[in-house]
Amino acid sequence: MLRIILLVLLAAAALLAPYVLYPIFLMKAFCFAIFASALNLLLGYGGLLSFGHAALFGGSAYVAGHAVKVWGLPPELGMVVGAATGALLGLIFGGLTSRRSGIYFAMITFALSQMVYFVALQLPFTGGEDGLQSVPRGRFLGLIDLNDDLALYYVMLAVLLAALWFLHRVVTSPFGHILRAMRDNETRVISLGYKPHHLKIMVFTLSGALAGLAGGSKTIVLGIASLTDVYWHTNGEVVLMTILGGVGTLFGPVVGAFTVVLLQNYLAETGAWVTIIQGVVFVVIVLCFRRGLVGELAPLLRRWLQREPAGKPAELAEREHA
Amino acid sequence: MTEIFGIPMQLLFGQLLLGVINGAFYATLSLGLALIFGMLNIVNFTHGAMYMMGAFVAWLLLHYLGLDYWWALLLAPIAVALFAAVIERLLLRHLYHLDHLYGFLLLFGVSLIIEGGFRYGYGVSGQPYSIPPELVGGINLGFMFLPGYRAWVIVASLTICFGTWFLVERTKLGAYLRAATENSGLVGAFGVNVPRLITLTYMLGAALAAIAGVLAAPIYQVSAIMGSNIIPVVFAVVVIGGLGSILGSIVTGFMLGLCEGLTKVFYPEASNTVAFVVMVICLLLRPQGLFGKRG
Amino acid sequence: MKTLAALLGMCAVVAYASGAAADLSDGKVKIGVINDQSGIYSDLSGMGGVRAAEMAIEDFGGTVLGQPIELVYADHQNKADIASNIVNKWIDEDQVDLISDLPSSPAMLAVQEIVRQKKRLVIVSTGATSDFTGKACSPYGLHWTYDTYALAHGTGKTLVEQGGDTWFFLTADYAFGHALQRDTTAFIEQGGGQVLGSVAHPFPNQDFSSFLLQAQASGAKIIGLANAGGDTINSIKQAAEFGIVEAGQRLAGLLVFISDVHSMGLQTAQGVVLTTGFYWDLDDKTREWSKRFFERHGAMPTMTHAGVYSSVTHYLKAVEAAGTDEPLAVAAKMRELPIDDFFARNARLRKDGRLEHDMYLAQVKAPEESKYDWDYYTILATIPAAEAFRPESESECYLLKE
Repeated sequence: MLRIILLVLLAAAALLAPYVLYPIFLMKAFCFAIFASALNLLLGYGGLLSFGHAALFGGSAYVAGHAVKVWGLPPELGMVVGAATGALLGLIFGGLTSRRSGIYFAMITFALSQMVYFVALQLPFTGGEDGLQSVPRGRFLGLIDLNDDLALYYVMLAVLLAALWFLHRVVTSPFGHILRAMRDNETRVISLGYKPHHLKIMVFTLSGALAGLAGGSKTIVLGIASLTDVYWHTNGEVVLMTILGGVGTLFGPVVGAFTVVLLQNYLAETGAWVTIIQGVVFVVIVLCFRRGLVGELAPLLRRWLQREPAGKPAELAEREHA
Repeated sequence: MTEIFGIPMQLLFGQLLLGVINGAFYATLSLGLALIFGMLNIVNFTHGAMYMMGAFVAWLLLHYLGLDYWWALLLAPIAVALFAAVIERLLLRHLYHLDHLYGFLLLFGVSLIIEGGFRYGYGVSGQPYSIPPELVGGINLGFMFLPGYRAWVIVASLTICFGTWFLVERTKLGAYLRAATENSGLVGAFGVNVPRLITLTYMLGAALAAIAGVLAAPIYQVSAIMGSNIIPVVFAVVVIGGLGSILGSIVTGFMLGLCEGLTKVFYPEASNTVAFVVMVICLLLRPQGLFGKRG
Repeated sequence: MKTLAALLGMCAVVAYASGAAADLSDGKVKIGVINDQSGIYSDLSGMGGVRAAEMAIEDFGGTVLGQPIELVYADHQNKADIASNIVNKWIDEDQVDLISDLPSSPAMLAVQEIVRQKKRLVIVSTGATSDFTGKACSPYGLHWTYDTYALAHGTGKTLVEQGGDTWFFLTADYAFGHALQRDTTAFIEQGGGQVLGSVAHPFPNQDFSSFLLQAQASGAKIIGLANAGGDTINSIKQAAEFGIVEAGQRLAGLLVFISDVHSMGLQTAQGVVLTTGFYWDLDDKTREWSKRFFERHGAMPTMTHAGVYSSVTHYLKAVEAAGTDEPLAVAAKMRELPIDDFFARNARLRKDGRLEHDMYLAQVKAPEESKYDWDYYTILATIPAAEAFRPESESECYLLKE
């Protein structure tokens, strides 16, 4: 009973939010929520820290923007193009990194994303420093005029829910189970006959598709794709969102994304402080709240709702320091 | 004038020499990172920030205490090393029993705090720091004019690199450090204070970063973002050299300096990217790096 | 339910609008200063720009048409997307009437599109691209302090006339750097000079030694630095190391601010030639204002700080004279009223939004020539307003063709 009331309240908040808060800010948070969820798939469920996801996000942002602005595709196809680009880049990145893990994996993804950054800087179609600007919003499915912020908000809300539902399906599927098994004990998964590097490529591609969807959506909402999206600081930001919210939980990245976007909005007048505060949050989370906001609060909430705990939220496996 | 690929020979030699100088600089800078990873298995994301602090301490010493460059070479590394010791004791220590990625993320956060703090306090335009008068001027080598300070950078870098290598590979302290990494329990059982060795290693790595910062202060800009600018390349050097290998990062540093020097002549726009291209190729063909130990 | 809410909302708006006595939208004038507060341009614009705007509002009396003047400010970190977000929010939610300062050419162009749609005024002081009043012009975008054309013209043409007829460019490899190189080359060749070569360096970059070596090898009389901020400072610093100026070549900084010179020190920066829209020590009027600015800010004003003060003051005068803050009416008044303050000499605000005013060619003094703090420039020439900027006949702006 209580659960239903909470769900209704959440739904009401989501539907009425644009009347209370600035819709563009909300939509930006949605895009980053999808982006963080993409990273979460790789990190929380796959156990792989990618420090190069900005390349997937930003690269797709550019391609989707180009598709909508220059080729004249409608926005829903623009998002599909974004997701496809993300999937392709994810496939490539995955292929190059699948035989590594841990810190080597992170370093290679970092190097690859640096290369994507420099390519984006040089290619004429990205507009270099100017970025890709004035991307039109168009009409969704030919019916809904997205120039109205309110209409776009509800479309984006639907996209976010679809992305989360997709993630949920992936994680609870047989593939998702093997993935988590591989995260926890790769050797045993091999002994069962699975090939980890195929799994890694698969999950990277899926993660890339989600990141690409986030990038494409962001371009449509904000009308701009720029070098900021592929710069390495964005890697750190999305990792922050995921960990702050709660790695390995479904809603964690969403909460994390909202928190960080809120922080950036609030502190927009004081550039250097944003960096400092992000750093402090990182330090505090890593030292004390490794399970993130949702990770810490969800068990409390469950107990309060008197349900069986559905299992502890994941964290990166605690291993003995060799 | 003789030409190779359309570039006059003189200019080419000049560029190669500059490449060697830059390489020496990269080598010194990546040394500390390689040391910390090799000994502690931690990727020290604060390395760039410590490099920047080294340069800033040099500037502060000059600006407020009137202590010149030569004092800075001694005092800056000590100051930064003490700061590093505080970070290690207070924060990093709690994460050793966990996945190494947490340490990585913690240090990432710390580097944001340090960089943000300096940016807030000093802005980004940079502070002036002149070349010490003893090193102003230079030698005319015929094919180019070599500034005295750049010659000094090569000499200082080679000394530091050799000194560190010798310390780690040939002295008793180095032996303890290496043993503690491979089997801390056993070494601890022998009565060696392993936690203190770990702190010492981290301090040494930080000191190396700081001394590179002092070397950089007269020629690059002493600014809060100088660390941010250089971190990606230093990571590339260390990864190519082999994440734990001191010799690897020295050799790779010089090699990358030369590669960049050549790129600047033939395709200057790409000179920032060449390090990463080499890194990706290396990781695909020889994932443990040129001199690395683990696969 | 939604319809009822909408109806109620509409009623409220109509009620408010008809009840409001003042002709100012929302009963006040709100000015938003947006610039780089933490990055490479924070010293030349940053909080200094905010303080300049504060001074302008205070000197004007704090109210216009009997209503208060409010000031807000934000940091766009030189990013077009952050700038867009902030300006959109300012216009949609915060009723900002004037947007001011705005460094970074990509951010300028992004904001131009926004104001074109949403019909607010923007007066750029720090941003550079001449396309802002060229092919990207709009009736809502005004460009006050300088632009890439003026820099190219000032430094390029005047140096060639003075005998600097062979050039080599060190260019930041992005749109702004290439535009500067291209515009300056046009003037060099017009004046009978020659560009011996150029090299594009990555943006941003720390080590310029190899590029400087190439410049030295070319033997050009002038080495043009088509870059800005930290890149320019590093180029100049390292040029000093290699004894380039001592060996006889001159450095032309195509975009240099007095804050850059201050951060380099005269020892390093001496001899650099640059074009500027303002110098604090030009005459009594500039000195008087600049000393007041110094008391607030702790450093002497750059041309962009002076530009913010001048533009905000003129805007407020126009609002007062027009009796409204409706953007196009105010812009028309700004063109009508004479502009002659300590910053803008012989000035005229054109239909394309470009403010023409005198520019100055300056050279950085040697340490022994400097007699007091911030005594950094020798003014070599004044470039008259009518010549300094792109002539209307050559402009691509559609507003001039109507």
